[in-house]
Amino acid sequence: MVQYMSTRLNTSFAALSDATRRGVLEHLGRADASITDLAERFQMTLTGMKKHVGVLEEAGLVTTKKIGRVRTCQLGPRRFEEEMVWLERYRQRWDERLDALDKVVEELTRKEKSDERRKRR
Amino acid sequence: MNAGSEGKPGAVKNRTTVERTSDREVVVTRTINGPARIVFEAFTRAELFRRWWVPKSMGMTLLSCELDARVGGKYRLVFDFDPEPVAFFGTYVEVMPYSRLAWTNEEGGEGGPVTTVTFEEKGGKTLVVLTERHPSKESLDAAGTGAAEAMVETFDQLDELLVTLSEGSGE
Repeated sequence: MVQYMSTRLNTSFAALSDATRRGVLEHLGRADASITDLAERFQMTLTGMKKHVGVLEEAGLVTTKKIGRVRTCQLGPRRFEEEMVWLERYRQRWDERLDALDKVVEELTRKEKSDERRKRR
Repeated sequence: MNAGSEGKPGAVKNRTTVERTSDREVVVTRTINGPARIVFEAFTRAELFRRWWVPKSMGMTLLSCELDARVGGKYRLVFDFDPEPVAFFGTYVEVMPYSRLAWTNEEGGEGGPVTTVTFEEKGGKTLVVLTERHPSKESLDAAGTGAAEAMVETFDQLDELLVTLSEGSGE
């Protein structure tokens, strides 16, 4: 379960790293659409759009349904977006903090090294 | 989401990763450019700790910081906050110089989250692994939106995306 969750989150971040895929999500936020619609709207081949939708589907951000010959896409479970925002906000907080720690530690390490050099002389 | 900034020339920045390893636990991992001894001191000596725990970008002011990093020793951080200052405090439960540190977070009452940090030195650098273990899923979920974070509402790219998405679906 642990493994599954983190894999899913990684998949979602990867899914959101692409501008077209973000555009597709935005569009699906307004209305459901078929893969053909999306391919036209984003001026892309059907195969290209299928790939993007596949990535989004794997990340749980989009679900698709085949009715007759048409595959319709809609937004996936919303809970998931919230989880990612939570995680990213948490990460950024720690990233800022640990950047600052890095600076302090680098400064102290440099200082120690130059003190040692001075002693050796 | 900021994958693009990693390749900046000149800036050798280590990656901070965050993983939610269970409903109640989140793990932060980061390599720091210095020996474990110095990193440990930066965590346990107040005059060093206060230089980094609240970076300027967080927009918060640390009014006071007292750390008694011994097993059973207390810590207390007071932040400037409107309408009145907010204190974060707890007790050190594990202190193993240069390798391991753990403290409780008691500002929310007893049975709050426990933070454990391990320091592992490799080639002059130190791998820092910080684990926050919460008493419940709800407690961990709230950790991202607590009093401290309310002061630093930073809207990152992902937040903006969420807003865009929810505006769209709210039609």
